[in-house]
Amino acid sequence: MSAIVTTLEQRIGRGATTQEFFVNMGPQHPSTHGVLRLVLKLEGETVKDVIPVLGYVHRGVEKMGEHLSYRQFVHLTDRLDYLSALANNWAVAKAVEKAAGIETNERIETIRTLVAELQRIASHQLWWGVFGMDLGAFTPFLYGFRDRERITDILEETIGARLTMNYIQPGGVMFDLHPDFQRKVKEFIAYFRPKLEEYETLLSRNIIAQERMRGVGVLEAAQAVALGATGPVLRASGVAHDLRKSEPYGVYGKVEFDVPVGARGDCWDRYWVRIEEIRQSLRIIEQLIENIPEGKHLLVKPAVRTKVPEGITYSQVETARGVFGVLLVSDGKDVPYRIHVRTPNFNNLWAITRIAPGWRVADLVTMISSLDIVVPDIDR
Amino acid sequence: MGSGWETTTLAERAAEAMPGSLLAGAGYVLLAVVGASLFVAVLGMALIYAERKVAAHFQCRLGPMRVGPHGIFQTVADTIKLLFKEDIVPAQSDRVLHLAAPFFSMMATLLALVALPMSPIVQVADMNIGVLYITAVTGFGVLGVLLAGWSSNNKWSLLGAMRAGAQIISYEVSATMSLLVVVLFSGSMQLSRIVESQADGWWIWRAPVVGVVAFVIFLIASLAEISRTPFDLPEGESELTAGFHTEYSGLRFAMFFLAEFVNMFVVSAMATTLFLGGWMPFHIGGVESFNAVMDLLPPGAWFALKSAAVVFLIMWFRWTFPRLRVDQLMKLEWKVLLPIGFVNLFAAATAVVFGWYFFPF
Amino acid sequence: METHELISAVQALEPAAVPREKVDRAAVVAPVERFLELMARLRDEPDLRFDMLCTHTAIDWIAEARLELVYCLYSTVHRHYLVVSASVPREAAVMPSMQALWPIAEWQEREVYDLFGVRYTGHPDLRRILLDDDWQGFPLRKDYRDDFMLEGPK
Repeated sequence: MSAIVTTLEQRIGRGATTQEFFVNMGPQHPSTHGVLRLVLKLEGETVKDVIPVLGYVHRGVEKMGEHLSYRQFVHLTDRLDYLSALANNWAVAKAVEKAAGIETNERIETIRTLVAELQRIASHQLWWGVFGMDLGAFTPFLYGFRDRERITDILEETIGARLTMNYIQPGGVMFDLHPDFQRKVKEFIAYFRPKLEEYETLLSRNIIAQERMRGVGVLEAAQAVALGATGPVLRASGVAHDLRKSEPYGVYGKVEFDVPVGARGDCWDRYWVRIEEIRQSLRIIEQLIENIPEGKHLLVKPAVRTKVPEGITYSQVETARGVFGVLLVSDGKDVPYRIHVRTPNFNNLWAITRIAPGWRVADLVTMISSLDIVVPDIDR
Repeated sequence: MGSGWETTTLAERAAEAMPGSLLAGAGYVLLAVVGASLFVAVLGMALIYAERKVAAHFQCRLGPMRVGPHGIFQTVADTIKLLFKEDIVPAQSDRVLHLAAPFFSMMATLLALVALPMSPIVQVADMNIGVLYITAVTGFGVLGVLLAGWSSNNKWSLLGAMRAGAQIISYEVSATMSLLVVVLFSGSMQLSRIVESQADGWWIWRAPVVGVVAFVIFLIASLAEISRTPFDLPEGESELTAGFHTEYSGLRFAMFFLAEFVNMFVVSAMATTLFLGGWMPFHIGGVESFNAVMDLLPPGAWFALKSAAVVFLIMWFRWTFPRLRVDQLMKLEWKVLLPIGFVNLFAAATAVVFGWYFFPF
Repeated sequence: METHELISAVQALEPAAVPREKVDRAAVVAPVERFLELMARLRDEPDLRFDMLCTHTAIDWIAEARLELVYCLYSTVHRHYLVVSASVPREAAVMPSMQALWPIAEWQEREVYDLFGVRYTGHPDLRRILLDDDWQGFPLRKDYRDDFMLEGPK
């Protein structure tokens, strides 16, 4: 047995007949959500095979990480899944805290949980809008962004950034909460609950939208697990795997929330799970916003080059898209010997190669959108 | 069936003037050509502006606001921009067809405009087969779309064109089926006579139930024919990038765009003419004082208002609905609309035979 | 299962497996020879049931001239983690593919091949995944050098 290295042309050339043709979807295509390239084998409108081609935004984050201090590496995680920047920051902070034995306090954990949940809502709002657009309805896009704006405004007041937050760092958070934070978050919840109903009326209850989603792209539970899918994609297939429940970090252990689980694993279930997750995130925020414990927000000075004892640490958090893991290998210095990020999108993406064949091009678009892919997170 | 309205068409006037003075005849022809072109250009821009504003307000934003008061000159600016843009023809395309395709689309739209009675005196040509004529020439538009998709030599464009071909040809059946209902009731294919037959009440309610059913089927089928959401599969910007006109730019793109918007008007005008009384004011049989008040508004304004209402409805659909999938689209036509259309036509025929109308005359 | 229980369960399946020190969760080092068999049993054994390959990557221990291949396994049934690693020589890095056990391994292994140059036997489609097909060298190896690289802080 020898290992054979193949090329893309060989992969494409496998088993094409005259009736079938290949078409490049991407790297520039409105529905691949960035510079993802899918090589499609089509027979008429029917998708026969999908070959994802990655790497258009590969920046070598892991290689860069080997030359940066842990605090500096946090910056890079913002630029992976930019819609879950805070959760990604948190994963690094968690890994370093665990490895170096840095303690945090209740206030820090509460702030982290709050901002991460706010960003989860913002991420799902954006996804909802884009999903509507991929189905051909333009209006949800603007509705989603209108409400997401409120959250980014709140986060901007505290953090000073709207997208690449760089906020959660080993040993605390960069800035204390803005004095208006509590008031504004409460206002947002009161504002957003009726808007969520509006979302349901506009898209969820639309017969065309339902027809486009129900039964389309079924990912069965066993398949989803074997494909390493996590987050809403896995939960929609009926596996209740949510790190916030199964191994609580932050203050998730102290709040009540449900893990929405789908039944069939089709696009509709993935849609429904995310909408339901918005509700659960609102619940979590409501429980925490009233009583944010007092204390210091930062226990380690940002400039300190934390030294991490020798060993391997694997820590993960649940972002809006699934499990974001950081495998940190240290040889005792203040820069990691090797740092590997396990990104949810890299693993979720491959489900498309299993669920798309047999469906139409339009369904492929729905499926990609229902997997909620962020390309920089795949390419790293 | 005298309705008391004097109707003339530009074609008739030209014919009348022709033997006496060739110059006057030519004048009428010129008036028709220039008038129609100007009308199309202005109408296109007005509709694009309306679409933008309607969309904006549906989406909690303002739309164009900077160029002129409330941005009314924005479309003018955009048109000028499109006129001056480079007209790119892809190197591997079928050059002749690529250049010709937009004209086919545009021509179909212009030809349809000719037969529309917009008021008793504004109609270019009043054919005795008006309904048939409009059905025929609008079907011509699919040729432009197919040629555009094929000649671009782009797989996405080809997919879009094939979708368009299947879709437009299928839905024409249902659209025609619903038009026949009105033809049965009014007993004429001449559009001016169809309008006059609605002096006492519009066919949408005067033909009991079948009128409403036919109107709904006509609206759905025509939406599909002009590829508006939820049937905008040939363009499908999220699936096929822009479908058949992906490779078009500048003026030729503008022609597709204009054809699409004017088509929307043609559909609205047809719906108005056949189902909503055309340019007839809203009358209730026997209530003379009410009818007199209604007559204060000139017929042309009635036509514009009714068409605008249907246009608004079409825009409303666009900014609310997602898009159907290609197989769902076919299922809707062949398994739902067509059977209903057949039954409806049969019921209409029965109603006509036994004279079951409201407000019989 | 607790960490020590997991390790002894793995050792029952593969006597040559030794616990890996300095890892924050249950971790074993297994020999390459019977690696595929061990992984298959880890996946199928009723009280282990590691049905998800969470992540797979490599660490370049250049001083010892070996690549450590790390597999992070998770069981959605029993909710426990296990890190299994195996070492292959840097210069002749060959490893059996786990693609038949966990389909996701197909792409995770392509990534490790791309960045570390590990060749997987039995892999159906082994080619670069993040870099161009004609890229020279394997960037995450510690001795990789490129024109645009700056020296790291020391």
